[in-house]
Formats: sequence, structure tokens, C-alpha cells
Amino acid sequence: MKAHVAKYPADRSRSALIPLLFVVQRERGGWLDNPGVNFLAKFLDLEVTDVWETATFYSMFNLRPIGRHHIQICKTLSCKIMGEPDITDHICSKLGIKPGETTDDGKFTVTMVECLGSCGTAPMMQIGFDYYEDLTLEKVDKILSDCK
Amino acid sequence: MEIKALGCEPLSLRRVFIKDGHTLDVYRKDGGYKSLKKAMTMTQDAIIQEVKDSALRGRGGAGFPTGMKWSFVPRDNPKPKYIVCNADESEPGSFKDRYLMEYDPHALIEGMLIAGFALGSNTGYIYGRGEYRYLLDIMDVAIKEAREAGILGEKVLGNKDFSFDLHTHTGAGAYICGEETALLSSLEGFRGHPRMKPPFPAIEGLYASPTIVNNVETLTSIPQIIEMGGIKWRDLGTEKSGGTKLWSISGHVKKPGVYELPMGYADMEKFIMKDCGGMLRKDKDLKAVIPGGSSVYIMNAGQIIGQNVTLDYEGLVAAGSMLGTGGMMVMDETVDIMESTKNLTEFYKHESCGWCTPCREGTDWLVKIFNRISTGEGRPEDAQLLLDICDNMEGKSFCPLADAAAWPIQSAIRQFPGDFKKWLFDNVSSNGVKPNVQ
Ligand SMILES: Cc1cc2nc3c(=O)[nH]c(=O)nc-3n(C[C@H](O)[C@H](O)[C@H](O)COP(=O)(O)O)c2cc1C
Ligand code: SF4
Ligand code: FES
Repeated sequence: MKAHVAKYPADRSRSALIPLLFVVQRERGGWLDNPGVNFLAKFLDLEVTDVWETATFYSMFNLRPIGRHHIQICKTLSCKIMGEPDITDHICSKLGIKPGETTDDGKFTVTMVECLGSCGTAPMMQIGFDYYEDLTLEKVDKILSDCK
Repeated sequence: MEIKALGCEPLSLRRVFIKDGHTLDVYRKDGGYKSLKKAMTMTQDAIIQEVKDSALRGRGGAGFPTGMKWSFVPRDNPKPKYIVCNADESEPGSFKDRYLMEYDPHALIEGMLIAGFALGSNTGYIYGRGEYRYLLDIMDVAIKEAREAGILGEKVLGNKDFSFDLHTHTGAGAYICGEETALLSSLEGFRGHPRMKPPFPAIEGLYASPTIVNNVETLTSIPQIIEMGGIKWRDLGTEKSGGTKLWSISGHVKKPGVYELPMGYADMEKFIMKDCGGMLRKDKDLKAVIPGGSSVYIMNAGQIIGQNVTLDYEGLVAAGSMLGTGGMMVMDETVDIMESTKNLTEFYKHESCGWCTPCREGTDWLVKIFNRISTGEGRPEDAQLLLDICDNMEGKSFCPLADAAAWPIQSAIRQFPGDFKKWLFDNVSSNGVKPNVQ
């Protein structure tokens, strides 16, 4: 965590807030809980409300528990016209959930997201931080069965 | 997906075709960091002049002349100065910066070092969108290599008067953080709200210090310009649009990808119908193209076919749109333009930062009306209603995101009136499909 703070001028440690929120999110099992946020506020010498103020602005910070594999399907135009709806239907019916939901065993969460900069390899999705591109239904089956 | 240069030698894409071109060793063997050495023998003014001569315009979407932007930095200001690379790349349809960072991270580092030397800065940040974690990891490796080789850090390449260090910084999912002042708020650890301009970042940017924000492609062009000389680089393209440009092309073409073309490439029809392999499905005609990322005017096939549209800033304006980021989205006749416009409007509603009323409320209303239309409840007056809301947003909001939300709608209604008529009068899509109401 100190390495993150060291990137910025000494009196500007707040700049490390977003990178460190990712660290806290990872350490707290994929979402920002109160103990994690309180710890970070203390570490950066910020008010807890300052941390929440920033954290709640950004879509990649989860404010609720989330599945071990966070499937983020791009729903923006290039993916949409290249077959996203079929991919989404397939994944959702396979997992028995709707976008925005988590499977009962806590293994998968499906979220619809906006363009991830892979429009040339549409349709695409991101699981965690990994990109999966040029998706087909067969590819999706393989990717899901590889998720442990 | 294709990655390819057409009508020119690969320049920005050069390292894509060289094995291990992303490593410091190979980059140096290929002439890497020679431009930095050359730049350090020049005066700051001479470097800025080369960039001005090159007619390089910012590749992040706004197209502001880079040399002019650099000349705004007050050299006598005693505050530290910052070079910030905008690697937020969130404009739908745009995916070129990704490949530059993946294949040529040292070109970006070299470009930032030259900018740092020219502007008297000792620190740079690369602000990447949160989803680009793997790219920031690649950049971190390259930065480490450069530090260990004495290229970054104290006394750059032994130059006792120039120190420069560079750090990556991650965003966390917010399109608005691509806007340069919102990016700086975010880099300071705050919500990504844009800031009032003026003062412009060149005068008061990061930590209220003079700051240059430039796009990845802009910065990776700098070593090329220093190596070749500004005029020679400019002459690869046209007098007003210098150099080469990366185009991201997606949607219904056979060979989507990233293409490097000289500015002024002729012409758009050839590019889509021949170079990119033409339509994905042979029996489907071209219907629409959004040529410069989602925020520009949509074009119908009649504006492209037989029109000799040149691919540069001036050519696309003359054809009724804009170059933007060069993110081309191609649609065939199966796409309903009310639906495609609705999709993009949802994007802008989601990404509006909520700071000012016309944009926050406007995008919300627009989506509500689109929802009504798409469930078959559209009314004949809805097209005018959409246009009225756009009028209340365009030019009346705090930052250009609101304009970017209005333009696709205004141009869609103008260029594809038939698609809207079908929905508003007959309550069916342009392909006669009845809405699927749950
Ligand atoms: C809503 C919005 C989003 C933007 N997103 C990006 C982006 O993702 N990447 C980028 O380089 N510029 C983006 N820009 C443009 C930047 O504000 C700025 O003009 C650019 O970073 C300047 O660099 P350049 O002169 O090298 O293009 C965006 C602008 C707006 C208004
Ligand atoms: S125009 Fe939209 S994105 Fe820009 S400041 Fe206003 S609310 Fe935020
Ligand atoms: S539209 Fe899906 S990645 Fe860009």
C-alpha cells in the first residue's frame, strides 16, 4: 500500500485513494465493506465520508458482496449488434440468474456494462480483470466450465 | 481482428510487427530512445516548434493542435509541472490506445519523456481506465525496465539537468474521467467531476500546477516527429491534418480492427468496402456509419458511397460528421437506427456524472422517451420532443458530454427519419418487427 502512496507528492496522498480502494476491495473478498473502508480512511488520514464519497462514484467498486467470478458483459452498440443479446441470454439461462444477480452458491455475478474498448472483437465480456473476446456460445460454455 | 497499416509504412503500429517490440532491448535495437537523445540536444522552443510544424492534432477526440497546447505552459511558473497521459479510452467504438500500450509501451514512455523535457516537467502519470488493468501492468513492467536502464529517474540518460519519473494510475469505471479536467479530479482522489475552464490545465491542472494532458496516440507520435522532423511528419498526411492516424473499426465489416492510415486517405467507401473486407454478410447492404466514436454525427450510406470522403478532420466535417477518436462503427441494414440511438443514449445517461442539471435530467428524459418508443407506445410528436430536450442540453451544460449525448440523436433523426417514423406512427421497427413487451 505504501508503494501506491509513494507515487504522489508527499502532501497529496489522497491521490492513492482509487488504487488503494482496489486493494481493499480485493482483500475484502470483492467488495467494499465498512471495516475495509474505515481502515483505508485511517491509513490515508481521511474522513470515512471522504472515502465513501469517492468510492460511490465509480462503477467498478462494489458496495455489496459479489460472486467469485464477476462476469461483465458489454452491452454497448458494437457488441449489441454483433450478438450480445444471445450471449447474455445464454449465460443467464445457464446460470439461472438475471443481469445484476448472483448465483445462490456465490460463484457467479452477471453485470451488464458499457463499452470496454474491445469493439473490434465484439461481442465480449470481462471476468474479473480478464478479457474474453470474439465470443460464441461454444466459447462461453468453455469459459464458464473453466471457472473454478 | 486485423492490425494493419494501409497507404503508409506502419509508424504508430511499427512495433506490432516486430517480435518482442514491447521490450526495452528490442525497442532500443529498433532505434528506440534515439529521439529522446536528439530532443535533449535541442532547445525547449525548438521541440515545441517541431510539434507545431507537424500539424499534430490531439488524438483523444477533440483534435486540439498539440504544439499550441504545449506552448500554453508557462515556463517561468515555479510550480512543478506535470505530463499526464490520457489512457482512459472509453469512447464506444474506440480501441486503438489499447494496442499501442500493449505492443509499444516504450514509445509512450519516450513520448512522455520528450514532453517532460520540452515543458520542464519532472513527473508524469499515465491514467488508465480501471478495466485496462492488464495494460497498466504492461506499462509498469516497461517503466521498471526504463528506470533500471537509467532512462527514467534521476539524470535521464546521464543528462545532469533533466530528471523525470513516471507512474501509472488506475481509474475505476467512469467514462467522464476521460474528460481532461474530470481525469485530474479523479487523479487527485476525488469523484470524477469536470472542473471549470478556464483556467485550462496547461495553467492550473493537477494539484493546481501547470499540466499537459495528452492522449496515448498523441504522445506516441512525438518520438516519430522528433526523429523525422515536424514538416516531414506532417507531409505524410495533409497540410492541416498532419501525419498518420489510427482507426478502430467495428461492427458489420468482414475485417474489423485497428488500421493506420495517412491523414487524407481516399476514401471512406474504399476503406470500408474493400480494405476492411466489405460487409460482414454479403447480402446485407451498408446502412449507417458512426465514423469517430459514439459522440459524433451518424452518417447514412448516401453520405459515404460515391462521395469521395477523405479520412481526415476536414474530410469528415465536409461529409457531415467529425473525426473524433477515429472509432468507426459500421451498421448494415438489419440495424434499426432508433434502437442503435437508444443504446448510445443509455450509455450517456449511465455516464453522465450528474453534476449539472441539463445533462443529468436531460439524459434521463431521453432514455425514458426512447423506452416508451421501443415498447410501441411512441407518439408522432416524440421525435420533436427528443430534439427539444437535445436543444436544452447542447451548449448549455458544464462539459461536452451533454453535446456528445445530443449529437447522435439529432443526426439520427435527420439522417434516418424513416426509422423514427415507423416507430412513431406505426409502432414497429424499421424492419417491421413488433416490440417485444414484457
Ligand atoms: C466526455 C469526454 C470523454 C473523453 N474521453 C477521452 C478518452 O477516453 N481519452 C482521451 O484521450 N481523451 C478523451 N477526451 C478528451 C480529453 O478531454 C482531452 O481533450 C484529451 O485528453 C486531450 O488530449 P489530446 O489533445 O492529445 O487529444 C474526452 C472528452 C470528453 C468531453
Ligand atoms: S455535462 Fe454531464 S457529464 Fe458534464 S458536468 Fe454536466 S452532468 Fe457531468
Ligand atoms: S461496444 Fe462492446 S467493447 Fe466496445
